[in-house]
Amino acid sequence: MKLLARRRAVNAAMTVVTGLAVVVALVPLALLLWLVVSKGAAGLSWTFFTHLPTPVGEPGGGVGNALLGTLYLVGLACLVGLPLGVGAGVFLAERGDGRFGSAIRFTAEVLSGVPSIVVGIVAYGLVVVPMRRFSALAGGVALGLLMVPTLARTTEELVRLVPGSLREASLALGVPQWKTSLRIVLRTALGGIVTAVLLAIARAAGETAPLLFTALNNQYWNFAPDQPTASLTVQIYNYAISPYADWHQKAWTAALVLLLLVGALNLTARFLTRSGLPREQR
Amino acid sequence: MAKTHIDKSYEAELGALREQLLEMGGLVEAAIAGSVRAVVERDAVLADLVIRKDKTVNRMEVDIDGACRRILALRQPAASDLRFITTALKIVTDLERMGDLAVNIARRAVDLAQAPALQPLHDLGRLAALSEAALAKALDAFVTADPVKAEEVLEADDHLDALYLKIFNHLLTTMMEDPRTIRRATSLMFSAKHLERFGDHATNLAEMVIFMVRGTDVRHSKNKA
Amino acid sequence: MTAPADKIAVERLTAIFGKTEVLRSVTTSIPAMSVTAIIGPSGCGKSTFLRCLNRMHELTPGARVEGSILLDGQDVQGRDVDPVHLRRRVGMVFQRPNPFPTMSVLDNVSSGLRLNGIKGDHQATVEQCLRQAALWDEVKDRLRAPAISLSGGQQQRLCIARALAVAPEVLLMDEPTSALDPIATAKVEDLIHELKARYTIVIVTHNMQQAARVSDQTAFLYMGELVEVGATEQIFTNPREPRTEDYVTGKFG
Repeated sequence: MKLLARRRAVNAAMTVVTGLAVVVALVPLALLLWLVVSKGAAGLSWTFFTHLPTPVGEPGGGVGNALLGTLYLVGLACLVGLPLGVGAGVFLAERGDGRFGSAIRFTAEVLSGVPSIVVGIVAYGLVVVPMRRFSALAGGVALGLLMVPTLARTTEELVRLVPGSLREASLALGVPQWKTSLRIVLRTALGGIVTAVLLAIARAAGETAPLLFTALNNQYWNFAPDQPTASLTVQIYNYAISPYADWHQKAWTAALVLLLLVGALNLTARFLTRSGLPREQR
Repeated sequence: MAKTHIDKSYEAELGALREQLLEMGGLVEAAIAGSVRAVVERDAVLADLVIRKDKTVNRMEVDIDGACRRILALRQPAASDLRFITTALKIVTDLERMGDLAVNIARRAVDLAQAPALQPLHDLGRLAALSEAALAKALDAFVTADPVKAEEVLEADDHLDALYLKIFNHLLTTMMEDPRTIRRATSLMFSAKHLERFGDHATNLAEMVIFMVRGTDVRHSKNKA
Repeated sequence: MTAPADKIAVERLTAIFGKTEVLRSVTTSIPAMSVTAIIGPSGCGKSTFLRCLNRMHELTPGARVEGSILLDGQDVQGRDVDPVHLRRRVGMVFQRPNPFPTMSVLDNVSSGLRLNGIKGDHQATVEQCLRQAALWDEVKDRLRAPAISLSGGQQQRLCIARALAVAPEVLLMDEPTSALDPIATAKVEDLIHELKARYTIVIVTHNMQQAARVSDQTAFLYMGELVEVGATEQIFTNPREPRTEDYVTGKFG
């Protein structure tokens, strides 16, 4: 009986300790949210989403071009990163058991550990230098390259999670292997892959470093892939390092917008996973 | 069949069934020996004992039947186990009938003991010995799963039949010579007939043992040949 | 009764994984329109034998096959035989129900047709196959429901219907009831009795009583060897081989 009482006491103590740990861990997150919302919300208005930035001192203006630029860059990044990442992932899962597969897997592992600014330099060397100008394309390539390794590994894991029995069921129906991979295996893993893609996009949208010397920045609307493009992150960076209180306010608001964008993507991903298609086979 | 079942309780159930059948066989063997001795030695007390002991045989028949049904339902026996169980189910019926035959002879013995002795009964004693031996051998064949012994039982049945015929003719002559002997002679004749039937049942057992061991049915094969 | 023609003739079939011989020189034949059961302890090569018949075995890396398997007299391993085409003739049902989780009941049944590029309205085929699989009455009101919303037993019958939809001649069943409860098992077994009028069925089972209940012919495999094959009644009442005897009476395995 004494033992039981002791065990109960230890149990209660540990519950309190772990609960406290959770609270402590949540504090920075709550602070971050509170800071960004409290400081940024003041500048939030419709024009902030739709208008071009204004020079110092001039009231109004917004980050419309930067918001659009971020979406544009992310779109370009998807064009580069999705086929490469998902394709490599499917390959690794279906045929990646040999030496070639492990080589790719190793490369992906190394790549995912490379600092994003290094990837930016690579894109600079690959695109900016030959084109002799900063461009949206260069930014897209940089973000796209960043997406590839994580996408490849998560896609591989997700495809591997598809029970082999489904593949066998399809093959036993006389369905060719390639069709089985595409129509059954990939289809079953699709829900998870979409989630992974959304998370990769959210991560890419939050990158600043690789954009600094690829997409650079732009004070105006831009739709041309060979021209520099504004982005929320770089815009925030520029506003934040400026000496003007006015711009500091705009940096907070832009940060809030970015937070909303990334948050929305994360929530969508979460929602998709929950109502998710690839349910565990019982 | 040196190998034992993985499931030891199953093995034990089959073993127990085999033991029960042997015990019942032993009782029937003793009954037939006792009943014929009662006839030959004019011992009504012994005859009465045989009659009373048949209750045990009857009870064992019911018990063994139940055990077989239980194993069939719960164990789904296959192959040699299946043949053993189905054989046991039939053997037990034959054994019970054999017990009844011993009782019939014992009843005759009670009658005969009250009347004057008719004649020496050497042949009846020999017939009893043959029937008893047939049962003993059939049971032995069953226990040791030895089809060769079982075949010997089948062969011995011919001697048994011949001896019965001899006794039958002898008693017939006795009755024709002296009609006062008819009652006693008929009793003896019935006893002999019962012993002959007893031998037939032993033959049945032997045939079943052959089926059980070899899986081939030897019944009625004489008719075809 | 005349002996039914052999649908499949297996001659000296040896199956190899890497350096291990999983099956050693198995020779037997499988009569048409009947149920052949394969019994034997785990790892005796039952499933491998089955998977050789529709060339699923060769999908495993390092797997090789020697000897011949004749389907209607034609070697299924011949160079001119497309395994994809063969698998449409020799359907398969697996140990665990494996309906496609992203598809409805209806789509699962028609999946073989659709994935093989056969166009048209498959509604009639779906109904016919579901009826054949004794599932129609249970699912006719929820054909659009996800296949994984069905119970395990229903899922397995759905998989049988799915296999039937591509109109196979042979149906291979790899322990089809090992993941099902007794009632669902009884339904599948009943179904096997129905199906044998139209299909040649080969069933692998761990459950000897099941083999005894559903099959006409039983083959006993042990450590990659075919120990004995014969009429099911003979195997279970009077096997010729001592090893078969010991296995069916529960003395080893």
